[in-house]
Amino acid sequence: MSAEVVLAARNVAKSYGQVHALKGVNFDIHRGQVTTLFGENGAGKSTLMKILSGVIQPTAGQIVLDGQPVAFANANDARDRGISIIHQELSLAPNLSVRDNIFMGREIMGTLGVDYAEEDRQTRALMEELEEQIDPSTLVENLRLGQQQIVEIARALSVDSRILIMDEPTSALSASEVEVLFKVIRDLTARGVSIVYISHHLEEALTITDHAVVLRDGVMTAYAPRADIDLEWIVRNMVGENYDLGSPPDSTIGAVALSIRDLSVPDATGQDLVRGLNLDVRAGEIVCIYGLMGAGRTELLETVAGRLRATGGQIVLEGHEISHLSIGDRIARGLALVPEDRQRDGLVQTMSVGQNLSLASIARFTRGLFTSTRAERELVDDSIRRVTVKTSGGAAPIGSLSGGNQQKVVIGKMLATRPRAILLDEPSRGIDIGAKAEVFRLLAEGAKNGLAVVYSTSEVSECLSIAHRIIVMHKGRITAEFDSTVSKDRIMAASGESVAA
Amino acid sequence: MSATTTTAPAKGRQFHLGRLLLEGRAFFALIAIIAVFSFLSPNYFTLSNLLIMSSQVAIFGILSIGMLLVILNGGIDLSVGSILALSGVVAGAMMQGVELDALGVILYPPVWAVVVLTLCVGAAVGAVNGVLVAIFKVPPFVATLGVMYVARGIALLMTNGLTYNNLRGSEALGNTGFNWLGFYRIGGVPISVIVLAVVAIAAGLMLGRSAFGRWLYASGGNERAAELSGVPVKRVKITVYMVSGALAAAAGLVLASQLTSAGPTAGNAYELTAIAAVVIGGAALTGGRGNVRGTMLGAFVIGFLSAGLVIIGVSSYWQTVFTGAVIVLAVLMNSLQYGSGTRKT
Repeated sequence: MSAEVVLAARNVAKSYGQVHALKGVNFDIHRGQVTTLFGENGAGKSTLMKILSGVIQPTAGQIVLDGQPVAFANANDARDRGISIIHQELSLAPNLSVRDNIFMGREIMGTLGVDYAEEDRQTRALMEELEEQIDPSTLVENLRLGQQQIVEIARALSVDSRILIMDEPTSALSASEVEVLFKVIRDLTARGVSIVYISHHLEEALTITDHAVVLRDGVMTAYAPRADIDLEWIVRNMVGENYDLGSPPDSTIGAVALSIRDLSVPDATGQDLVRGLNLDVRAGEIVCIYGLMGAGRTELLETVAGRLRATGGQIVLEGHEISHLSIGDRIARGLALVPEDRQRDGLVQTMSVGQNLSLASIARFTRGLFTSTRAERELVDDSIRRVTVKTSGGAAPIGSLSGGNQQKVVIGKMLATRPRAILLDEPSRGIDIGAKAEVFRLLAEGAKNGLAVVYSTSEVSECLSIAHRIIVMHKGRITAEFDSTVSKDRIMAASGESVAA
Repeated sequence: MSATTTTAPAKGRQFHLGRLLLEGRAFFALIAIIAVFSFLSPNYFTLSNLLIMSSQVAIFGILSIGMLLVILNGGIDLSVGSILALSGVVAGAMMQGVELDALGVILYPPVWAVVVLTLCVGAAVGAVNGVLVAIFKVPPFVATLGVMYVARGIALLMTNGLTYNNLRGSEALGNTGFNWLGFYRIGGVPISVIVLAVVAIAAGLMLGRSAFGRWLYASGGNERAAELSGVPVKRVKITVYMVSGALAAAAGLVLASQLTSAGPTAGNAYELTAIAAVVIGGAALTGGRGNVRGTMLGAFVIGFLSAGLVIIGVSSYWQTVFTGAVIVLAVLMNSLQYGSGTRKT
């Protein structure tokens, strides 16, 4: 396990004015091995990675490359020395082909302009190396997300990267795509490429990593090789206390609040993404929907909320059929959705924290023609307190919050509408453990007060936390239903995930 | 007028000269323009000249407020200049009398009815824009470009390319008073300026204090998120284009009244001036950011600048160059302000 250190940070610190994002961190990257960086949002992971890849410069400390102290002028400088970073949001142009994306910005020039044939050949060679059957002239928008990730990796390899930094590469991948990615990572490390890996998905990261580094509040709290650690060790060092996502609250289960009957939802080509699905959720009950990507979870929840149109079936909220109502009317009746992608569907980035929190319940502080500033402030302050958003106040820009707090704002916005039933699509996506636990605590609290809760997830351990009932979806249907005492294996088997295993 | 601030300063409240200058740039630009021209010409900073300039600004100002609403929604309305011309012509036609063949009579509607009907025509053309954009998903640029041509064409067809010159009406027919809008003053203030002030205050209240205003900012900032929060995004969209059309009609009435004539070629390229005023006022063309106060300052910057250049005798060709430079400078500052805002996070 004592491979040579290729890149190291020595006592690196970074401050933005009064804010110390990193406080003297030491960090080693070993040749041909995977080093995983664990930490909550705001712990300084991204800052450290940006420093190592030359995007920003440290305020103090040293970066040592192959034993020599270096200073990167910018990201291109770092890339020329063999360090590439793959950001969480892919930076591919979807309208261009795979080949054009790989050589974007450094096209191979022949006598008559760009030498496409040579680019094509090199792209083919790269794809072969990565064992991925992608034609170089395929448009990136036609690729699955996992394949796009591969293209991004191919681009990094095409500049002979020796060190590859991956920021949450699996957050949007399905289980089978993660497998492919991990195989690629193993191949890369076998060839001597060093990988730095950041992920919120702890179990997943543990299967691939050689070294673990934990950051907390800009300080490295722990460091250990894979052999010496387990999940609990990471969590303990990340949050500094016992980690528990909770257990099903002992709420009084009441009458059926939300009833989905024989619901079918088609995709653009007319194929059913959800087929004849039936589900009853009672007041005070928490139901978890587990399924892989493409199982139809998002379509199901968005149809119930009114964003997509169903071809058949009924949606009944507290005895009233609501499938003909608009989204706004459904919210007014007490049905709220927290969408999967909070940046795209959850937040208005141009508005403040307060305006985002009050957006769905404007009617509650409108008197006649005008809104009441005081009533709105009360509602906002109340929401901030209730969902424990860490912010300087309602007037702060929404972009100043961390991912977890932004998610709490989206949830707070929907809770402010005083719903009877709330749907949450992957509420834990891309947020750290601390925030996850708080989100689940909020849901459990809501259920105790008679709220019907439905949430979807692709992490089995999250199903086994606060849910009274676990529904497994596969290809648009419910394939299994369990109570909270079920084991992980049975859930995964029902989702079609571990069929091969 | 309360205008919503959509970009609350992230840092503390400490005095910061650069930031202050950047955020109040339209205001400081206006002060600078007034100061420079007052220095260059003794006639510039007189009450009568300020009022004359303001009544000229009024037409662009009214258009700009409609444009602001559309731009806040993330769209653009290229048809306002044509709607302005069309409404002028429609009003002119009604003043000349509406012939009802079936009944064999010629109807002379009173002026108030002409005004109301003309505003309705503007709103109806705006509704076409809105429906094209919101329901049929035509990109706003293309939809309003098409309507711009159609409206202009209809205006030309209605008059055969000619201009209605006599809009005074006659006592006998009971339709006098059309020139009231363009010529009369209340307490020395031209009616057009009062119309602008009323429109601006109403729009400011709507944006800052009404639920509709909040819906508009939200759907302009992120339409998908707004929709999932229960905002009727389609209704908001159609409404803003209708309001923009109605305001263009109002501007057309004011212009026709000031000129006591209505021609189908009026208001050519006015939409660009209106867009410029909105941009100088700090609104983002991507939607969700901007306010009435800024847009008004923008309209006055453009109006006072070109009037000042006329007064000191600069060639009208140079005026075009100056106006262009001011617009580019404004957009530059916008990207400076919003660019630094996002980098901080």
